[in-house]
Amino acid sequence: MTILAIDTSNYALGVSLLEENQVLGEYITNLKKNHSVRIMPAIQTLMKDCERVPGDLTKIVVAKGPGSYTGVRIGVTIAKTLAWTLNIPLVGISSLEILASGTGRYFDGYVSPLFDARRGQVYTGLYQFENGQLSVVEQDQLVMAVDWAAKLAEMTKPILFVGNDLPLHQSKLEEIVGTKAFFASITEHNPRPSELALLGRNKDGEDVHTFVPNYIRLAEAEAKWLEAKGKNSNG
Amino acid sequence: MIKDQYILGIETSCDETAVAIIKNGREIAANVVASQIESHKRFGGVVPEIASRHHVEQMTIVIEEALNQADLTFAEIDAITVTEGPGLVGALLIGVNAAKALAFAHNIPLVPVHHIAGHIYANRLVTEMKFPLLALVVSGGHTELVYMREHGYFEVIGETRDDAAGEAYDKVARTLNMPYPGGPHIDRLAHEGSPTIDLPRAWLEEGSYDFSFSGLKSAVINTVHNAEQRGETIAPEDLAASFQASVIEVLVKKTERAVDEYGVKQLLVAGGVAANKGLRSALEKTFSEKAEVELVIPPLALCTDNAAMIAAAGSIMFEKGIRAGLSLNANPGLDIEIYND
Ligand SMILES: [Zn+2]
Repeated sequence: MTILAIDTSNYALGVSLLEENQVLGEYITNLKKNHSVRIMPAIQTLMKDCERVPGDLTKIVVAKGPGSYTGVRIGVTIAKTLAWTLNIPLVGISSLEILASGTGRYFDGYVSPLFDARRGQVYTGLYQFENGQLSVVEQDQLVMAVDWAAKLAEMTKPILFVGNDLPLHQSKLEEIVGTKAFFASITEHNPRPSELALLGRNKDGEDVHTFVPNYIRLAEAEAKWLEAKGKNSNG
Repeated sequence: MIKDQYILGIETSCDETAVAIIKNGREIAANVVASQIESHKRFGGVVPEIASRHHVEQMTIVIEEALNQADLTFAEIDAITVTEGPGLVGALLIGVNAAKALAFAHNIPLVPVHHIAGHIYANRLVTEMKFPLLALVVSGGHTELVYMREHGYFEVIGETRDDAAGEAYDKVARTLNMPYPGGPHIDRLAHEGSPTIDLPRAWLEEGSYDFSFSGLKSAVINTVHNAEQRGETIAPEDLAASFQASVIEVLVKKTERAVDEYGVKQLLVAGGVAANKGLRSALEKTFSEKAEVELVIPPLALCTDNAAMIAAAGSIMFEKGIRAGLSLNANPGLDIEIYND
């Protein structure tokens, strides 16, 4: 079993190789550089260093969003093409879940991974570890950061926030959630591609042809079109 | 016995997800196009984000269909070639990254292709190219005269300074309240009317092979607007005929002058607007009198965006030794002259 995991859904770019119960290698950068230029060379370098060839791969696991539309598409396109052409299973994992998995394992409470989504909004969800298994408490969503914080403030358990965009929202979260709010250290904000591989390890493959990113949001033009259509049909 | 060459081409620069396989540079072994036009119609034009989303949905399906059609496996493919640009960046990225994944998975050479070089090489699927030649490229995004002294060598001698011819067609169609894409509607309507309305022809400065269609487009809009203000109605078929007459006269006259000046053996027509009946018949009429120049116009399916043309151009680029590494990126403003040397 040799799993290749790919994450280009946000600024962090990650690749890992996981075999049985061992992480062979992983590569992460957190740079505002072009994923399209760097991801395939990163995969090639990691596989070469680990002395693995494409034919050795038995599964592809990809971060399916939310995140940058273009970024998610680059990773998903490569993952779909590799899985299809090598005839191996493809598993998609939430980009937020990877972050939660990387930080929450030994935290007694909820984990709220987040990515900034501009205009005061965040992509986030709520996760927790129970008996070593990560479970979803609140589905991934697009929400105003202050509304999300107000909702979490009502909860009884402590909440761990994680993500490279935290500095944009930390003061508001602290103010609203109060002493129940905990913040991950900077070494934990990059989604770990080995966590991505692990999350997909025991999952069944999905249909490769119909696999699509989880954008969460409709394309702007489509949302406007639906809105206009709704208005027309309501008279 | 010489081994057959098979090139797999991928094209996703706009709103068609296309994959094709070309045998020995000229023979179509597979040609699959998944069009998104129905999805974009409701928006009155191509929406880049939606085009990119559709490409992700279609990409592997279309690759599989092409291999099935050709009854080939990757073991028999000599190179993967892909449109590097120009086009919509988000759309191009899907084809480029799928191509890189395939090249990596099977250790096959990766060859980048310019979209317009592809349009020109669609002609090689019809007949062998004879150099030197001139290509008239007219599409929704491009209006260019390209001179070729040999395979894989492109010299742009004229191009549009503002709107592409196809763009002007779409905008005029919108003024006449016709659905997107408007080009075919104008062409059809033009044949029902007569060019009675005086519209400008942009010849630009003496000797220039460049084009300009924005003035003509504005003149059409003004004509409609002024007539409305005076409470008059203009017959849309006459306006369409007049507009088409202006576009075609400029395209054909400039092309004819370039053909004479450069002494070419062939005139190739390329791009979606090459499907225009008015343009076809005007070119046929002009060049039937010039026995020394062979006029080639590909069938409609090879004029609009497709991957057979990309693989046909890719075959030549592959033989020229052009290769891309796994860091190949989409290049929305790619220059066609980049691979000349
Ligand atoms: Zn085109």
